[in-house]
Amino acid sequence: MAKKHTLIDINSSKADPAVAIAARYGNKPDALLEILHDLQQELGYVPEKSLPAIANALNISRAEAYGVATFYHDFHLDPIGKHVIKICQAEACQSAGGMQVIAALEKGLKVKLGQTTSDGLVTLEAVYCLGLCPMGPAALIDGKPKAAIKPNTVDALIKELVS
Amino acid sequence: MIKIFIPRDMLAIALGADEVAEAIVLEAAVQKISVQIIRNSSRGMAWLEPLVEVETPKGRVGYGGVKMKDVKGLFAAKFYEGGKHELGQGLVEEIPFLKNQERLTFARAGITDPVSLTDYIAHGGFEGLKKALTLSGSDIVKEVQESGLRGRGGAGFPTGLKWKTVNEVKADQKYVCCNADEGDSGTFADRMIMEGDPFLLIEGMIIAALAGGATKGYIYCRSEYPYAISTLKEAIAIATNAKWLGQNIQGTEHCFTLEVRRGAGAYICGEETAMLESLEGKRGMVRAKPPIPALVGLFGKPTIINNVLSFCAVPFILARGAKAYADYGMGRSRGTMPFQLGGNLERGGIVEKAFGITLRELVEDFGGGPYMGKPLRAVQLGGPLGAYVGANQLDLKMDYETLSANGAMLGHGGIVVFDTTVDMAQQARFAMEFCAIESCGKCTPCRIGSTRGVEVIDKIVAGENRDANLLLLEDLCQTMTDGSLCAMGGLTPMPVMSAVKHFPEDFDKPTRLAAE
Repeated sequence: MAKKHTLIDINSSKADPAVAIAARYGNKPDALLEILHDLQQELGYVPEKSLPAIANALNISRAEAYGVATFYHDFHLDPIGKHVIKICQAEACQSAGGMQVIAALEKGLKVKLGQTTSDGLVTLEAVYCLGLCPMGPAALIDGKPKAAIKPNTVDALIKELVS
Repeated sequence: MIKIFIPRDMLAIALGADEVAEAIVLEAAVQKISVQIIRNSSRGMAWLEPLVEVETPKGRVGYGGVKMKDVKGLFAAKFYEGGKHELGQGLVEEIPFLKNQERLTFARAGITDPVSLTDYIAHGGFEGLKKALTLSGSDIVKEVQESGLRGRGGAGFPTGLKWKTVNEVKADQKYVCCNADEGDSGTFADRMIMEGDPFLLIEGMIIAALAGGATKGYIYCRSEYPYAISTLKEAIAIATNAKWLGQNIQGTEHCFTLEVRRGAGAYICGEETAMLESLEGKRGMVRAKPPIPALVGLFGKPTIINNVLSFCAVPFILARGAKAYADYGMGRSRGTMPFQLGGNLERGGIVEKAFGITLRELVEDFGGGPYMGKPLRAVQLGGPLGAYVGANQLDLKMDYETLSANGAMLGHGGIVVFDTTVDMAQQARFAMEFCAIESCGKCTPCRIGSTRGVEVIDKIVAGENRDANLLLLEDLCQTMTDGSLCAMGGLTPMPVMSAVKHFPEDFDKPTRLAAE
C-alpha cells in the first residue's frame, strides 16, 4: 500500500516541541541522536514534520536530519503502539528457543515482527541482543527487561500488558 | 542491622530482582526485623539471579533464583541469619564457578554498590589513576605496552600502540571515546561493568586521557542498555562532584570531562569509524581507513578509541604494574579475558580467566553443558561475525592466535552454545540476513552480497543445483571477505563458511531425503 504523500512545511514552526529539545542540547549538531531520542520519548515517535525544525535549529540540511532519522532502527517516523515489545532475535536467544517465543508472540498478538496490533495497543519489534544472553529468550517490554520467556508464558505476558 | 544484597543488574531485574527486593522490605517490616538492602552489582552467575546475599560472620551466604513467592519461606528459614533453605547456595565465594576464576577486571563484581564511591575506593578503586597522575603520558603508554594488553572489542590491536600514536601527535584537541556499543549476540561483559562498576570504566578512560593528552571523552552506549546509561550518568555526576572528573582532577593540572551518548539500535555503530560518525550526529556510515582514528578521529581530531573491557583492564595494570598483568595468559595473548557464557547452557555468566583456558573447560566445567538434556552440537565464538565450531573442537585453547589459526576468532569473548536441535543451514542464513539488515550500505560486497547470500543459501537448502550453488556461496564469501570496507561484510562469511565446513550435512537435507 503506497503511503499517502504529505506536504511538509519547510518554514519550521517555533512551537514545534523539537525546538525546545534541541535548545536543551545547545543546538549542537552532534547531539542529533539524543534530540531524536528525547523527541520520540515525548511524542512516541519522530514526526516527519519536526525534522525541518530540527535541521533549522542545528544548522544542518533537512536531508541530513531525515537521513539520520531513517538510518537508525530505534526511530519511528509514524506513531506506534501504546505498548512496545522488543523481542530478541539474536543467536543466543535462538539457541534457547527464541524463535518459538517469537512465533508465539506473533500468534498471540496476530501481527508479524515490526507490526502493530489493529487496535493500536501493542507493537512487536525485533531487537538484536539485550545482553541477557545466559537466560534467554529475552525482551524489553515498555522498557522493562524480561528474561527466560517461554512460549507457554507468552499469553500471560500479553494479557498482563494490555489489561 | 542485617545487610541484604540484591543485584540491580539488568538481568537480575529481568528475572524479578526489583519485586523480590520490595517483598523483602515489606516482610522485614511486618516481622519487625531491621534490614539494610544494598542493591549491589551482579556476581555474573546468571543462572542464580536474582541472587540474594546476606552478610553473616562467616561471610556472605547466598540464595539463588529467588522469586517473590519464596520470600515468606526465606524469612521462615531465617535466611537473614544465613539459615538453611532449598534455594541456599552456602558461602557465595566458595561456589566453584566463582572460586575457580581469576578476576582482575571483575574483581568487585557482586561485592560493591555500583554507585558508591566509598565502596569503590575501599576495594582498590582509583589506585591506578593515582599512580597515573604521577607519571608522564609516555610513561603510562610504556606501562600499557609492556602489559601486552590487546583490544578487547574484537580486533585485538595492541592498546599501548594505539595510545602511543595519540600521545605523539600534536593537536589542539584530542578525544577519548569508549565503544560501548556491545552489539554482539552472546556478549554482556560491557553491560555488566557499566551497570556494576561504572567508576572502573571512568578510571580507565581518565588514565587513557592522561596518556594521550585528551581533555574530553565520550562513552557511546547502545540504547538497548537503558540501565547502563542511567548508571553511567549517575556515576559521572558523582565522580565529577568528587573532583575525579572535570577541571583540575584531584588538585592536579589535569582536566577531563566525560559524556554519555546513546546509540539508536544500529549494530554497525560498533565499528569504530561508524561510531565516530554517529557521535558526530550523523548516519552510522563506515569511514575508509586510512586515516586511522588515532590521527583523524572524532571531529577530525586524534582520538583514542577502545572497548569498555580494554579501558577497564588498565587501572589494574597501573596499580599493580605491567608485569603483574602480563604474568597471566599465554603467547601473545596476555592478561585475563572476561569470557561470556550464553545460550543453551546450564550455568551461564561471566568467567574471567587467563587466556589459554580451553573451550571445553569453559562450556563443560564452568557452563555445565546444554541445559535441556540434549548434547552440545555447535558453539559460536565471538558474536554474529564469529565462527561456529563443532563438539569435536572443544579442546581449542582460547587465545587470539590459536583461534585465528583454526579459522575462528575470539571477538569480544562471547560464547554461545547450541544443542542438537540447531539447524546450521538456518544459522548460516541468519548470518547473511543479519548482515543485510545491519549493513550501513556504503560498500557493495556487504550491501548486495548479504542479500544474494540469503538467496543462494535458500537455493542450497531447497536442493536446487546444490553443488554449483555451494561453489557460488564460497565465491561470494571470498568477495565479501576481500572487498568489504569493514568487519561487518568482511567477517559475515566466517559464521557462514564455518557452518558449511563443519556441518555439511545440514546443507544437503533434500538430497539425503531423496536418497533415503
